[in-house]
Amino acid sequence: MTTREATSHLEEALARWEEQTLKPTLARLPERAAEFTTTSLRPIQRLYTPLDIQHLDFERDIGFPGEYPFTRGIHPTMYRGKLWTMRQFAGFGTAFDTNKRFKYLLEQGQTGLSVAFDLPTLMGLDSDHPLAEGEVGKCGVAVSSLEDMEVLFDGIPLEEVTTSMTINAPAAVIFAMYLVVAEKQGADWKKISGTIQNDILKEYIAQKEWIYPPRPSMRLIVDTIAFCTREVPRWHPISISGYHIREAGATALQELAFTLRDGIEYVEWCVQAGLQVDEFAPRLSFFFNCHNDFFEEIAKFRAARKVWARVMRERFGARDPRSWMCRFHTQTAGCSLTAQQPYNNVVRTTIQALAAVLGGTQSLHTNALDEALALPTEFTAMLALRTQQIIAHESGVVNTVDPLAGSYFVEKLTSEMEQGCYEYFEKIDAMGGMIAAIERGFPQKEIQEAAYRYQQAVDRREKIIVGVNEYVVEKEPVEVPILYIDESVAEIQKERLRRLRARRDNAKVQRALEALKEAARGTENTMPYILECVRAYATLGEICDALKEVFGEYQEPPF
Amino acid sequence: MGERKIRVLIAKPGLDGHDRGAKVVARALRDAGMEVIYTGLRQTPEQIVTAALQEDVDVIGLSILSGAHMTLVPRVMQLLREKGLHDVVVFVGGIIPQEDIPKLKALGVAEVFLPGTLLEQIVSTVRQSVKRPLETAE
Repeated sequence: MTTREATSHLEEALARWEEQTLKPTLARLPERAAEFTTTSLRPIQRLYTPLDIQHLDFERDIGFPGEYPFTRGIHPTMYRGKLWTMRQFAGFGTAFDTNKRFKYLLEQGQTGLSVAFDLPTLMGLDSDHPLAEGEVGKCGVAVSSLEDMEVLFDGIPLEEVTTSMTINAPAAVIFAMYLVVAEKQGADWKKISGTIQNDILKEYIAQKEWIYPPRPSMRLIVDTIAFCTREVPRWHPISISGYHIREAGATALQELAFTLRDGIEYVEWCVQAGLQVDEFAPRLSFFFNCHNDFFEEIAKFRAARKVWARVMRERFGARDPRSWMCRFHTQTAGCSLTAQQPYNNVVRTTIQALAAVLGGTQSLHTNALDEALALPTEFTAMLALRTQQIIAHESGVVNTVDPLAGSYFVEKLTSEMEQGCYEYFEKIDAMGGMIAAIERGFPQKEIQEAAYRYQQAVDRREKIIVGVNEYVVEKEPVEVPILYIDESVAEIQKERLRRLRARRDNAKVQRALEALKEAARGTENTMPYILECVRAYATLGEICDALKEVFGEYQEPPF
Repeated sequence: MGERKIRVLIAKPGLDGHDRGAKVVARALRDAGMEVIYTGLRQTPEQIVTAALQEDVDVIGLSILSGAHMTLVPRVMQLLREKGLHDVVVFVGGIIPQEDIPKLKALGVAEVFLPGTLLEQIVSTVRQSVKRPLETAE
């Protein structure tokens, strides 16, 4: 039988099934809704068959793991060879508090560290800045100087752990602090490994923790990538992030498309700065969200690998297969957690984590059940980690590579995600690239619209959220203990900063800051100058302010 | 006699940049027929109260997800009293631990909305809370 004959045979068979079997059933028992949609409100068919994936070619579109286009995973053996890195994001209070939590998590079998910084640190402000009041140590650890960083990693050998740091606008400074701590421990920069998020584009799009305008921010990012390529070759100098884009309300497709388009923007800037694509592309990494809709998320991850591989090979001419690989971290969706009946969040997180694993993630953070209320306690953080360990060791899903490949539904969704991505790329390319799109508010408005549509669907009960708009209880049956950060953290930080400023060589600090400004005005790589400021114990705020003098500050236009 | 529209200021105090909730709520109140002014990010309590005064609002909605609410909300409430804005009703939305809710209410906050609150509930609570008369002579 030819392909065309097989197709027409199948079409006839489907039509027969619809007529003889489906129709009488629908007449007797209509479906529960006129339309079924994903969490992203994408319509889903009743049934998927080979007809839905006949445009796909096995070798070209699905293929083998560890080979282009990597739809099935970046490693040939995936989790049979090595499990994903279980990396729980943690940070609160002072560096002393977080150092203790890190040691606890390592003792519990966690395999990598992930640092959450507080808002003042994320904004490049010292703990004693007036705008920091009430925020010090609240949603992460307060780090204002090298001294705090030394405490944060005290007793943790940096050559042996890998560390991910969620830091963006002041990423170069925080990274320099980490490098100097490594230097003081006697660790070799060539051997240390980890990630700085360092993704400013998604800050303008979604999370909104920026300092400088887009262009100087991009220059700092190119500087860190170029510096890592030469000096810290095992480091991932950027984690191009969709997580926050999704949390801000984007659909799965928007998350994927905007994140990969951000990736394109970074590669373009690096290439324009004179780097060879295969020099730095193998160290690029991504960070995705994993929401509730199981198959949609798995399709998103598979499409991410496929699209990125094609972009790198065809758009940028990368030749090293490692440049084609989309390696990514995943975090379960914070925005899916509910303050109502918080123990239900364990179940949501388990489903999301399972999707991330079936999507082939390289590392994973599972949210704790209390995160719609506050930061996790030691107990809830452990339960979140145990969730991953149970998936890894008890569920059996790790035994084969990409087990959902070949599912008519999953392959069709993967293909739709891929197509949708290219459509968004075309729109953004036509606007002149991602920075131009951000300046006109395009991704921001798309996300706001999606967030509002979703909330309306929840309000109309088209989307049921257990414990929120259905199965509601009057009185919460259980109380969740809360990790409370009080203002003593701010007091400790202020005192530490006061002493530091009195003790250090202030003339040396001034010289280092002046040299940095001079470098920032020119075109030299700023990293060596930032490192000198850090070694002199200039504070985060002082270094960021020096760069503000040269670069200015970003003001968001009203959309 | 005409019905005056309820005027609402939606504000993001502190350093927190998470504005999804603020924007969704602003739009829902607007769709419900209210006049809504959104301050934008990173407003100090002083800026928020000044805006409330200038815009002559009935309601202020403060959106805070960073844990700084016990510093920021008391300051807003104090400034409102100092400026004589006794009739302005204040709501708080965001990541707020249960044990802080009674403390915020004791400060004069009318209601605290946690993640998962339905828009219809926010709209009806805001509508019922307004203290100033909505009937205006023309």
